[in-house]
Formats: sequence, structure tokens, C-alpha cells
Amino acid sequence: MATIDETKAAAGSGDKPKYKVIGTRPIRHDGADKVTGRALYGADIKVKGMIVGAILRSPHAHANIKSIDTSKAEAFPGVRAVATSADLPEPGDKIAELGEGAVVLNHLSSNNLARTKVLYKGHAVAAVAADNLHIAQEAASLIEVEYEVLPPVMNVLKAMEDSAPVLNPDVRTEEASTGEKGDKPSNIAKHIVFEKGDIEKGFADAKYVVEREFRTSTVHQGYIEPHVATVLWNNDGQITVWTPTQGTFSVRSQMAELLHVPLARVKVVPAEIGGGFGGKISVYLAPAAAVLSRKAGVPVQIVMDRADVLQATGPTPGSVIKIKMGVDADGRLTAAEAWMAYEAGGYPGSPIGAGAMCVFSCYDIPNGRVEGYDVCVNKPRTNAYRAPGATNAAFATETVVDELCEKLGMEPAEFRLQNAAKEGTRRIDGVTYPRIGLVETLEAIKNSEHFKTPLTGKNQGRGIGSGFWFNAGLKSAVTANVNSDGSVGLLEGSTDIGGSRTAIAMQFAEALGLAAEDIKPAVVDTDSVGYTDVTGGSRVTYATGWAAYEAAQDLKRQIVSRAAELWEVDPDQVSYEDGSVIGPDKSMTFKEIAIELSLTGEPLVGRGVSNHNEPGGAFGTHLVDVEVDPDTGKVDILRYTAAQDCGTAIHPAYVEGQIQGGAVQGIGWGLNEEYWYDEEGSMRNANFLDYRIPTCYDLPMIDAIIVEVPNPGHPYGVRGVGEVPIVPPPAALEAAIHNAVGVRLYELPMSPPRVLHELLKKES
Amino acid sequence: MPRLFIPPLLRPYCEGQEEVNVEGATVLEAVQFLDQQYPGVIERLCPEGKLRAGMAVTVDQNVTPRGLAQKVSPESEIHFLPAIGGG
Repeated sequence: MATIDETKAAAGSGDKPKYKVIGTRPIRHDGADKVTGRALYGADIKVKGMIVGAILRSPHAHANIKSIDTSKAEAFPGVRAVATSADLPEPGDKIAELGEGAVVLNHLSSNNLARTKVLYKGHAVAAVAADNLHIAQEAASLIEVEYEVLPPVMNVLKAMEDSAPVLNPDVRTEEASTGEKGDKPSNIAKHIVFEKGDIEKGFADAKYVVEREFRTSTVHQGYIEPHVATVLWNNDGQITVWTPTQGTFSVRSQMAELLHVPLARVKVVPAEIGGGFGGKISVYLAPAAAVLSRKAGVPVQIVMDRADVLQATGPTPGSVIKIKMGVDADGRLTAAEAWMAYEAGGYPGSPIGAGAMCVFSCYDIPNGRVEGYDVCVNKPRTNAYRAPGATNAAFATETVVDELCEKLGMEPAEFRLQNAAKEGTRRIDGVTYPRIGLVETLEAIKNSEHFKTPLTGKNQGRGIGSGFWFNAGLKSAVTANVNSDGSVGLLEGSTDIGGSRTAIAMQFAEALGLAAEDIKPAVVDTDSVGYTDVTGGSRVTYATGWAAYEAAQDLKRQIVSRAAELWEVDPDQVSYEDGSVIGPDKSMTFKEIAIELSLTGEPLVGRGVSNHNEPGGAFGTHLVDVEVDPDTGKVDILRYTAAQDCGTAIHPAYVEGQIQGGAVQGIGWGLNEEYWYDEEGSMRNANFLDYRIPTCYDLPMIDAIIVEVPNPGHPYGVRGVGEVPIVPPPAALEAAIHNAVGVRLYELPMSPPRVLHELLKKES
Repeated sequence: MPRLFIPPLLRPYCEGQEEVNVEGATVLEAVQFLDQQYPGVIERLCPEGKLRAGMAVTVDQNVTPRGLAQKVSPESEIHFLPAIGGG
């Protein structure tokens, strides 16, 4: 690993590092349980008296539900309860804030159990709870649903046509910044426009203009652990949900809203989570399990299989993007224009807003216009996936940039450095950047051994791409309980997907001058810690880490005050430094004072909260070498290097892991992954054999270069890490393929048939 | 004075202005000032006194969790943008 360590370099006091804990690589606190299989994931949860549930799903992509007859299922031996949407309260037209954005409750409720229509194949229609899974599945098959089958709308451009069948009669096109709505139902749910400068003048000033149209496929997060929910609706009205989720408090809010119960009556207990990447925020099973539990009087567990996960959860949208960019003779961007249509799936809510804000986010462009559309199609309702909306956008923009470089005869990294967004650059959506590190990631790539090593083989090529993600702050809470031996229990509400327990504990330890191993972090249920927003938006190390820092400051204040009392001196004469409390004539280590205070007064409990909003943007630049088989179109990755600005690397191994994991998912998106739909709107590759995520056989080592441009908006300079590494890979791969075999690809994935098609077209 | 940037789709209601210098110590007061200049704008940005669902407000480079209650300084920039969620 190469590191540009501005933080520690800036400290500059001889050999003494700035931090003692931050920047080290302690063993993760949950490591032993994870590697020995003792960690309890969703399906490991067993509750006394628990029965199991099964979901009946729609065989049609688009249909009206005319009737549902559950009588045969209810009479089936071993069946304990049957539920349909009639068992969920009528949601009305309420819009609720559920942690990471507003949700139309009617859509969320109908996505859990369809009301009047099914909007994609696999849409949940009814649920059965029984003594075992076989009975539940058999009984579910006995439920008689009368459908009026409607033509499916699978293509975003066709969905936008006036003549297209409308999925949701309650959806009218909303102009994003005025709230004005169209006068008739439409599949276009939202329209967004950003403008900056004089776009016509900008293109008039250009020497070269490149305009291209791109398509990207629906892809899934591909988390290994399927969705699971176990719910007990107790006789006293208390509801307990055990589930692997990115946000226990978000699940609590969704359950309270969908079931019309007070928040205090819902407790959500987090199981360990086998990946989420944005896809484990919405509820899919818990509401149905809850009503089944209420009816049956016992806990109910529902587990999805892989086909359910792919067909009926929240993949990221397919899209059509048109990009036009112009440069002057010196290679300076003069104008850029984007038209973007993102598939929302069955209900509105694609990440078009983020995509539209990200599409030109890596560049300083004086004139620009971006127009975006959120469009309903008969696919599962999309959900977040690592930097939602940004990867589609970057594929399009970066490919056009690569073509501009070709026209100019400029080296692509140099072009990017010349046009890179910096502190003070105003994006086309209007916002200016604070201190950011895009230039530093480009320089890190340029200085890498990879960049300096020429390719020599036939059909080999190299490509580069950059990407951006905003990162988020939001709310977090942490409670620190000091034990009588000086160890600390750290309670947090951020479910741990990528090692955040340890990254949070390290910030707490750093603040108190302790060792990471002295801290025992625990992710606890919603009754046991203060409100905490989802593990998403690359926010946890930033925001929950800040809350832990504040908890440490709270403890410092208490320790100083209590020590002064103990030593009978003025508190002004006492300080806390470097792991010790220091008085006028004595000092004690944290451990010593903790033991002493445990014998002489009330417990030491630290409280920390955060709701800060300066997460610092994240940028990454990736470099990839490929070799293309001209006979098959297969692309092999020879070498891959990813540089990313993470502000300050709290635990460098986890930062590297996030960079590597994100890059791998971006590679899968770029080369292989796609939902294959037939004409009836049925997904034909709903398994991991045919939905092709990369394996270790497909990949070289991903070399991660950690760039540290500290975020001035965090006590330790942290920036979020988890999302931006998925953004550059498809574009970098496209450029590499082009440089290898001379064809351009404007559609993802760049799978062997598609590459071969372009090769044959070129030959002919 | 704080600068309130007018989203493109709202500009027809603001005589085509791209940005307006506004008065006020909070985002809400800034929007109220804008509404005095261009009546009806407040109902489009903040119906019923709340930020429109699906919209976020950015003050000085960052989305503010305090929304309309966010304090602004004379040097502040105010932007209304789509609310976004991460993965």
C-alpha cells in the first residue's frame, strides 16, 4: 500500500506520529465470531415457539389483482396464519421521513403486500405462516389470485411515452423544485433540472464536441446473506423484530408507520449482516411476519431464497443517459450537457437526484445543463446501491471524457488534472466544494508503479476513470460505560457492515488515550441506545465515530471533575492528557482512576451524539489494465489500482477492504452483471449461476492507494469511504477495452457477447 | 446578504433570476424574503411551512440537517436540491 499521508505529514514533529490508535490495524472486535461461524446472522436467530413463513409472489410483471381467496390455504393442516394486504392498515397518502429520505407509505406498504396491482414479477401478494416451511409453501400455492394481466413496461424510454401503460394511477410527474404535478397519471414520477452558465456559448467555444448515448442494466447489490425477518407481536402489543439491517431505527420507523403502532412498541434487534450496500434499508418481510405473528400468537420467521432476493428486493436502476461535452483547443472543458432517465422500478424513487448531481461532479465546467427523470417500469422497486446513481452517470461522462482526450491527443490523467474539480469549484447543481482530494487521487495514480509500467502485450489496454460521492452525516448516538477495571463497553446503534465497530472504538480510544483492545463495542437494539440513522451514505465512521469522540469528551469532563473532587483541588487544576488525569501533585491513568471512581461514586457513563453535516466529498481514481480475447470478447483484468481520498484512514485495512470491495462490485457491474428479462417481464437469470458476480477467479489483487486529505469537518479528518470505489470501474474498463481492441462500448455490461459484437462490427 | 440560488424550474416564478440576495437569519426567513419579492414561491419550496418532501437545503456547501431552521450568515449560499440517500 502506498499512502499519501497529509495528516501525519502535517503533524511534522519528528518521528512522533500524530495519532496512537488511528492509522493502526488492530484485530477487529467481532473477528473471532465471524471467522468461527459463531456470529448470529438473520437466519441463525431462533426464538422459542417460532414458526416459519412463506410469501406468495406474483407470476406476472404487471397485473390488476381482481380477487384473492385464501380459504384453501387457511384450511391446510399445519397452517397457523395467512395474511394479505387487507391485514395491513390503510396507509393513505402520507409521506414519511424514514431515515434516509421521504417514503410514500402507500407505495412501501403495497411493495410489502400488493394491494390492487402487482408491478413486477415476484411482487409479494400474500403470506402464510405454518409449522414448517414445506407446509407454508404448499399452503401458499393454494391461495387463489385472480389477475387481470396487463402489458409489462420494461424499457425506460417506452415507459416515458404517452401511450405507455401507466403503472401507478396516483403518480403524476412532479417538477422537483416547484412541486408542480402533471395533469394526468404518468410513469415519469419526477423531473429534475440543473443549469449553470451559458450552455450555448459553452459549446460554441468548444473546438471538439462529443455526444453519446449510454445504457446501463439493472444490477443487484449481490449481498451474500438473503433477507430475513423474525417477528414476535406479543400479546401485550409489543413488537420485536430480529433482522439483519442497515438501520434498526429505520426498520422501527417503517414498522410503526406501516402497522400504525407507536414507535415505543417496536423494538428492533440487529442480527449480524451479511452485506447490504444499500439494499437492506427498506423492509420486505418484517411487516408480513408481524401480522402473521399477531394472528398466530407466536414468533414468525421468513427467509428469502436467492430468486426472491433478485426478483423482489431493491436492485439499482437501469438507465439511459445522453452526454454531450465540449473542450477548447487547450483541452479545457467549456460545456457539458446530460439527459438522464433512471428506472425506478414499480414505485417511484430511483436515485436520479444523486445521479444528476454526480454526473459532472469530477470536473470544473463553466457551462452546463442536466435534466433527469425518475421513471416507473415493471421491475422491482429500486433501492440504494453504493453511491446510488453515480456509477451509471460516471460510466457515461468518463467515457465521453476519454473520447475527448483521444480527439485532443491528451493523456487522460493530465486532462483530468487540468479540468479537475477542486475546493471552490461550483458544480452544475450550484453547490461549491469544500476541501476535496480529487487532484490528489489523480496524482497518486500518476505516481503509482502501475501507471509507470507500460503494457506490452497484444490486445491489452489501459483505462482510467474517476468518481465522486457526497457522503453523509446524519444522526448517531453512542453510550460509553466505564467498567470497574478500566475497560469500556461502547454501545452503538450503527449496524456493522464493514468493520465499523472497530473504527468507532478506535476513535473513542484515541480520544481517551486508550488502546482499541480496551474498548468493547456492541451494536445494540433500538431500546438500548439513542437514535441512530442507517449504516449508509458512507456515514458511520464519520458520524458515529464523531459521536464516540463526543462520548470520550464527556467522560474526560466527568473524570476531571471527579478527580478534582477526590483530590480536593480546583477542577481548573486538573486536566486529562494522553490517557491520564493529571492534578497539581499527582496523576492517575485512565484505568487507575476508573478503579478508584468505581469505589467512590456513581458509575461513569459517557454520552455522545452527532448530527454534523460536513462529511467531505469522496473522490476516487482507478486505473485498470485488461486483455481482450478477440475470438470470444472476454475481458480479463490484468492489473487494477484504485486511489481514494479517505480523509484520515482510521483503520487502513478496512479502508483498503472498502476500496477493494467497491471496485470489485463496479467491475461486476461493468463486465457481467445484468437482469435478463423476457418479453413478459420475467427475470430469467434469478440465481448466482446466471447472474454473474465476479469471483476470485475473475480478479487480480486490487491495489488500494489510500490518499489522506483530511476533512476539516471532522475531529480526526474522516471522510466516508464505502461508496465511491464502485463509481469509476465501468468507465475505466471501457477505456481499457477501447485501448486494447479499438472498439467503444456504450452499454453495460460489457459482457463477452457485447464486446464480440462490437469487434465483429469493426471487422466488417 | 445571503445568496439564495433559484432552482432552474423555479426561475420562471422569479422573473428568470438565477440567484437573489436575500435578508434573514435563517433559511426560512430567507425564503420568506424571497416570497415577498416573488409571491407564491414559498408555497412551492416550503408548502405548509415545511421543506418539500424529497427536497434538501444546502447552506455553505453542506446539506443541513436543520432544514429551514438552519441559520445563515451574510456570506451564506443557499441551495435547494433533491434529497439523496446513500447505500
